Amino acid sequence: MTAIPDTPPLRPIDQFELDYAALRRRSRITWLVAAIIFFAFFTFSAWLGDFFKVTQVTLPDGSRDWRWIIPAGIPRLGEFIVKTIPSLSWDTLGADLGEWFWRWKVWMNLLIETILIAFMATVFGVIGGFVLSFPAARNLAPNKWSLWISRRYLEIARTVPELVWALIFVFCFSVGPMAGVLAIGLHATGALGKLYSEVNENIDMRPLEGVKASGGTWFDQIRYGAVPQVLPNIISYTLLRFEINVRSSSIIGYVGAGGLGQEFREALSLQEYTDLSALFIIIFVTVIVIDFGSEKLRHRIIGIEKGPAT
Amino acid sequence: MPAELKLENVSRHFDETKAVDNVSLSIAPGQFVGVIGRSGAGKSTMLRLVNRLIDPTSGSISFDGVEITKLKGKELRNWRRDCAMIFQQFNLVERLDVLTNVLIGRLAEHGFASSMAMHFTDEERTMALQALDRLDLVPQALQRAGTLSGGQQQRVAIAKALVQQPKIMLADEPIASLDPANATKVMDGLRQINRQDKITVLVNLHTLDTARAYCDRIVAMRAGRVMFDGTALQLTDDVVRDIYGLEGLAEFNEAVTSTQGLKVPA
Repeated sequence: MTAIPDTPPLRPIDQFELDYAALRRRSRITWLVAAIIFFAFFTFSAWLGDFFKVTQVTLPDGSRDWRWIIPAGIPRLGEFIVKTIPSLSWDTLGADLGEWFWRWKVWMNLLIETILIAFMATVFGVIGGFVLSFPAARNLAPNKWSLWISRRYLEIARTVPELVWALIFVFCFSVGPMAGVLAIGLHATGALGKLYSEVNENIDMRPLEGVKASGGTWFDQIRYGAVPQVLPNIISYTLLRFEINVRSSSIIGYVGAGGLGQEFREALSLQEYTDLSALFIIIFVTVIVIDFGSEKLRHRIIGIEKGPAT
Repeated sequence: MPAELKLENVSRHFDETKAVDNVSLSIAPGQFVGVIGRSGAGKSTMLRLVNRLIDPTSGSISFDGVEITKLKGKELRNWRRDCAMIFQQFNLVERLDVLTNVLIGRLAEHGFASSMAMHFTDEERTMALQALDRLDLVPQALQRAGTLSGGQQQRVAIAKALVQQPKIMLADEPIASLDPANATKVMDGLRQINRQDKITVLVNLHTLDTARAYCDRIVAMRAGRVMFDGTALQLTDDVVRDIYGLEGLAEFNEAVTSTQGLKVPA
């Protein structure tokens, strides 16, 4: 026994210092372990992804040599970009631009198609996601099996990428925008249903109890208790999804599901690199305009929500 | 006696705890009954059992001879309509206007389509406005419920209960979140409904003097059991000490827990 019987009991403040030091030590160890695991995982992923690969490249003097892939590949990005830039000169700017955007009539039609695909897909996604988000929310599901079924359906719908859905629907309904609408709409159902159901899981349950206590059905509880609470979030997520869907629908034509994507495919296979840059500019401008517009709209909706409520 | 609410040996267990333990009560029509007791004594659970927001572990609850614990579907919803419930936290839909909140009390009468469309008849709107008028809330009818004060929200909840045209009104700590002036308004509203409409009122309270001031009959609970059942006069200091477990307290001052002491002119 080495205990000293007459050690005075620690003052609370000293005890706190001891506890605090121990807490600090523990959290530092946790951080260190987490950092090591993260770094190891990251390095392993990079190695798997060929980030450390050494490859043979042709040097400017024509000889071949071994080089690390990253510095060897970066200059080729520049090469690619140079290829896609058309030759524009100030004197003949109009004619050059005309030549650059030579298929503008086709592209404008396809752009409209792209936006309409995104719009229709968003409508389908909102309907499907909204309806399923209530049985898919743990706090609202009327029973276990409807929770299970709706959750699995939403998972499948969003796990399969749009391009894969598009391939399947092109097979079913042939080439054209309908396959694109269904593909993006189905994927959006899964994504939106998940987001909506998470919003649903965070609502205040007391209004629903109030409706239930008045003799309301499950649907009444959802309609009166839940929907008014989640509506602003749903509008916000929906606009965000529309932006995402425009991006998706501009590439989905790559597999024949309508929109501008088919032009990308054609330009790449025919090596019409300047067409690629023209298409890129068209999509870029469209996405910026839609992002800007929907952001304005979302802020207005949030502003209305927070505004004077009389 | 017609329309009597009867609880016979009702128990409700949550895992090991007996929230309500073998309670038998019979409440005559038109009575104003106050239920008192410490937090966790089982008062809320008892009201929720009556409204069937939760189901009893054992025992029987009947109203007018009809067994309540067996009801399902449409009949259960009709029973909930018949015994309107008022909550401590009001449980209104804050983002809907006051009128719609009151009209929620009519949902038991609606089919799927009209309910989802939030479509109510003119008669129902008139009914809701009359209920709001009784509680002096007509000017706020189109305001969002969330913008109202606590006292106003609780009176909206009472108006909603009124349009259910209930036979019994259950109130779970209706004034616990309110200041004394608003508490008085809410309790006066309940008393007026009890006297004019002859609706039975069963109200959980945690302040003794409110119970004494408003209730014909006081039921005291402790640890899930009924410890006292009688009039305010019969509720002596000794009984109170027993209910609240204040044996250690030399002197018990009712005014400490009061919501009536600071009567503010409205």
